[in-house]
Amino acid sequence: MGEEPKIKLVDVHKAFGAKVVLKGVNLAIRSGESMVVIGGSGTGKSVLIKHMIGLLRPDRGRVFVDGVEVEELDESGLVELRKKFGMLFQGAALFDSLTVWENVGFGLKRHMKLRDADIKGIAVEKLRMVGLRNVEDLMPSALSGGMRKRVGLARAIAMDPEIILYDEPTTGLDPIMADVINDLIIKLREEIHATSVAITHDMVSAYKIADRIAMLYQGEIQAVGTPDEIRGCDNPIVQQFIHGRAVGPIRVDV
Amino acid sequence: MSEAKAFLRVGGFVAVARFFVEAVGTVGVAFLEEAGRIVTLIYQTLRWSIRRPFDVRNILRQCEAIGVNSIPVILITAVFTGMVLAYQSYTGFKRFNAESLVGTVVALSMTRELGPVLTALVLAGRAGAAMAAELGTMKVTEQIDALLTLATNPVKYLIAPRFLATVIMLPALTVVADLLGIIGGYFVGVNVLDANPTVYIRRTTEYLKVDDIVNGLIKAAVFGGIIAIVSCDRGFYTEGGAEGVGKATMSAVVLSMMLILISNYFLNTVLF
Repeated sequence: MGEEPKIKLVDVHKAFGAKVVLKGVNLAIRSGESMVVIGGSGTGKSVLIKHMIGLLRPDRGRVFVDGVEVEELDESGLVELRKKFGMLFQGAALFDSLTVWENVGFGLKRHMKLRDADIKGIAVEKLRMVGLRNVEDLMPSALSGGMRKRVGLARAIAMDPEIILYDEPTTGLDPIMADVINDLIIKLREEIHATSVAITHDMVSAYKIADRIAMLYQGEIQAVGTPDEIRGCDNPIVQQFIHGRAVGPIRVDV
Repeated sequence: MSEAKAFLRVGGFVAVARFFVEAVGTVGVAFLEEAGRIVTLIYQTLRWSIRRPFDVRNILRQCEAIGVNSIPVILITAVFTGMVLAYQSYTGFKRFNAESLVGTVVALSMTRELGPVLTALVLAGRAGAAMAAELGTMKVTEQIDALLTLATNPVKYLIAPRFLATVIMLPALTVVADLLGIIGGYFVGVNVLDANPTVYIRRTTEYLKVDDIVNGLIKAAVFGGIIAIVSCDRGFYTEGGAEGVGKATMSAVVLSMMLILISNYFLNTVLF
């Protein structure tokens, strides 16, 4: 009897209308590990992590977080579940009517009885953890793409989550900024010991931040393993993807 | 041969019938889905609107955006409507020597009908469009998902304050519109049409009942609810990027206006 996985997906199916996205995904994420899910654009990676936090519900199959089935939670149960999570969105998804510090302190303001000055103090500290100073009073529209991502990251970690979800953390950034984000993800993991799940198609990033990598293709997990195991994996689909070849079993509609 | 023809004819009839049944079914299911969605949204909105603690700061901010900032548009709409109303009713009433009743007509028309309806239509265009576009943009940029991940109920945080603010501010703006319309009518009646000021004012107040004003304000509150629910629903379920936001905004305004005009008739049969 091994340790209970932090997040477990069992035979998860999901379709949007006629479009079948997930066809029986099985994946267990251990407490404290950094799992990276790789896969091409439009293969349902975002759909997959949105199931973990209850933003989407499976058509069939079950999702467990800390052994609790997400589907069975009522409204208040779902609120409690989500407090365990922090999520970084692909486009950062900052609230553009609020200042940077109000964005970072949003969860604190909603869920803790704190004075605004204290919330701002915590927000400034979290911003410092992601390498940002003197931006707390700016509006999100005044920030660059890399800064927005970092503010989004500060917001995700503001409530000291047990689990952090990263939706394409390096997509749309230049290689140097992408590496800054990679380093931040590693640093945050060391500092707050959170379980993390990232989805990406950036293999450099995947190798750098992952303890284990899972490859999603055609609605199913094709392979799971450490970066070295994935490199040495003889599954032709995995080999084609990690080496970025246009020719192979993965068909691309041009 | 004739058997084959008959068979084909029956086959054709079945195919056509099936086509119609399927078409009706598809439209019917879409309609029921939408209706169910709106009913759920209304229920959720009412529930979160009356639940403490009230998000006073958020509500006041919406009141400012929806109500206070609409005053200039309402001012122009109401004053000119009152003015033209005085002018037109004078022209018509003069034909049977009833021009002394212009003040009465302006007062009754503004309070019972034009005050609430025009204010609502202006607000549907102004505040309804803004709500649908803002929520729609939040939806397509994943800000609504972000709210959920921060364990915040979007109906409570986004929709309830807008609903409350619109339901409060639309009657308030209607009072302003009623007053300004009557003042506009007075201005034209006295300065352009040479009515006696004392008589005009007496005619304005003489036949006006409290019910006229109150029922007008009740209508305004209902219209406010329609604008908020329709616009928030359109925004909240926006799909498909910038184009989707445009479509959501347009359909929020059109649907609000249609529902205001239709419900106005039925509210009149109930209230007056």
